[in-house]
Amino acid sequence: MGWAIALHGGAGDIPRSLPPELRLPREAGLRHCLDVGIAALKAHKHPLDVVELVVRELENHPHFNAGKGSVLTSSGTIEMEASIMDGKSKRCGAVSGLSTVVNAVSLARLVMEKTPHIYLGFHGAEAFAREQGVETADPSYFITPENIERLKQAQEANRVQIDYTQPIQKEPNDAAAAARIPNGDSQIGTVGCVAVDGEGNLASATSTGGLVNKMAGRIGDSPIIGAGTYANHICAVSATGKGEAMIRGTVARDVAAVMEFKGLSLKEAAAYVIDQVPPGNAGLVAVSSTGEIATVYNTAGMFRASASEDGYSEISIWDSPIKVSN
Amino acid sequence: MGGWAIAVHGGAGVDPNLPKERQEEAKRLLTRCLDIGISALRSNLPAIDVVELVVRELETDPLFNSGRGSALTEKGTVEMEASIMDGPKRRCGAVSGLTTVKNPVSLARLVMDKTPHSYLAFAGAEEFARKQGVELVDNQYFITEDNVGMLKLAKEANSILFDYRIPTLSTCGGGAALESPIQMNGLPISVYAPETVGCVVVDKEGRCAAATSTGGLMNKMTGRIGDSPLIGSGTYACELVGVSCTGEGEAIIRSTLAREVAAVMEYKGLNLHEAVDYVIKYRLDEGKAGLIAVSKNGEVACGFNTTGMFRGCATEDGFMEVGVW
Repeated sequence: MGWAIALHGGAGDIPRSLPPELRLPREAGLRHCLDVGIAALKAHKHPLDVVELVVRELENHPHFNAGKGSVLTSSGTIEMEASIMDGKSKRCGAVSGLSTVVNAVSLARLVMEKTPHIYLGFHGAEAFAREQGVETADPSYFITPENIERLKQAQEANRVQIDYTQPIQKEPNDAAAAARIPNGDSQIGTVGCVAVDGEGNLASATSTGGLVNKMAGRIGDSPIIGAGTYANHICAVSATGKGEAMIRGTVARDVAAVMEFKGLSLKEAAAYVIDQVPPGNAGLVAVSSTGEIATVYNTAGMFRASASEDGYSEISIWDSPIKVSN
Repeated sequence: MGGWAIAVHGGAGVDPNLPKERQEEAKRLLTRCLDIGISALRSNLPAIDVVELVVRELETDPLFNSGRGSALTEKGTVEMEASIMDGPKRRCGAVSGLTTVKNPVSLARLVMDKTPHSYLAFAGAEEFARKQGVELVDNQYFITEDNVGMLKLAKEANSILFDYRIPTLSTCGGGAALESPIQMNGLPISVYAPETVGCVVVDKEGRCAAATSTGGLMNKMTGRIGDSPLIGSGTYACELVGVSCTGEGEAIIRSTLAREVAAVMEYKGLNLHEAVDYVIKYRLDEGKAGLIAVSKNGEVACGFNTTGMFRGCATEDGFMEVGVW
């Protein structure tokens, strides 16, 4: 036993040819966030505090699709959402439709702790943020040039993109665009973190800007308890990928359900559940009450990092996902 | 075994002091909705169409807490939400924060059928509604005198809870309502009775579907989303089963109640009745809720740990029952 932590910066069709100038900052971001999480666990912070802390860091990092660096809606606006859950008590909080709140995950925590509700959205959530005096910024703070470009590409291709889609084949003479994003677009994703301490306390949190070119008002899996986020006394899960697939698959909840009702281990359960989702659509990170870690995806890759008290530590983007034979 | 089955509900958690006339009114509405559903099933409409049809009827009638007759937010306005799910491919649609859409469940269906998404909310959902040309009305349409009175009581009850002041008896007989000792969501059930509506159906082909619709919690913060539009919590349908829940929203979300029924059937091999019993008994912790469910085998079941649940169910072999307690 002992503590364990896993975090992700999104699953998707991340090309192996991802150039260093795009790969290195993300790896550095994952390393930094992992260090923050490890330090907090070593300082005996409760996993609920740890996941909030780590997700805040991921939100602040402009290369991941959450907080600053969120992808844009079809109107070119920002709509962020997040959820957080405490395993032992199963208390949870969620927010959607935020446009000025710097750290959505922290607002989700405040909904959990300071209101009689679980989930606040849109103008009501923004009003609550002001009442609580959380840090807000002009929507332009969250928008990055890369995301303006992603939206443009998506609208040209006339589709909604998940975190990492196949690169759009651009005209060879479109050198400027090719140089800017040589392998296509959507090289960022939802973020999340799960943690367990030495006493088996579990927690999970997930945060995102959603899908590039999504309809205004579209809610994905990240703020939905049981879809993008779940924690109980058995495990904690944070998922990423195509929200609609995660919602119908109740992905985060199912990992715990399969462990409990079918007696599978964490790794087996995670692989089982991801296998049920159409390929190319999902990934998750999870930890169990006994300190196991699972990171599974059926996409080309998933930005992730994990560590446990026994000294294990990993930062990865690719490597074969765990296969399940049915 | 086999054949169609249908169940409807108008909320779990009924005030034991509810006047007889109100109970009868509720039973008449539930019966009417069952008849509509049964008629549709006999005409071979698929389950997904039947649940939408029935929930539309429940939304349109002002009696329960959905569509017209929705509970009011703290600001005295109406914000409605709904979700619908089609078992065979687990397609789903959900909406929240609707203020002008006459039938939220139908907009949820359009999200499922006409967009690449599963869930639209607030301004974005209203915009989509406009583009789809669904029937829109003024927010006033949804507000009933009953609920305006209830909101006032709710605000008084809230202040009692936090300030420990004795309530002043209001002339509309509100004082009597506040005497009810049963609580849900931490407050008197006479004021906070959920009365969310829902319908689950399995058709002759064994296809399951579920839909849930609500105005939410009386005196809720604007922007508050409950369990009804959340797939896995208030609504769920898959190859095996269709489920719609009602009660304390927080408890339903924490226990992912609708999915729980399906999960124990899928992963533990329980049958419908065992699953519903098990989930209500053991998976709600301190929460108060109820649910209706149908299985692909044509079975129907209801379960609740509250004082009463407005419900009705029927199966193809002629069984039909409407109840409150």
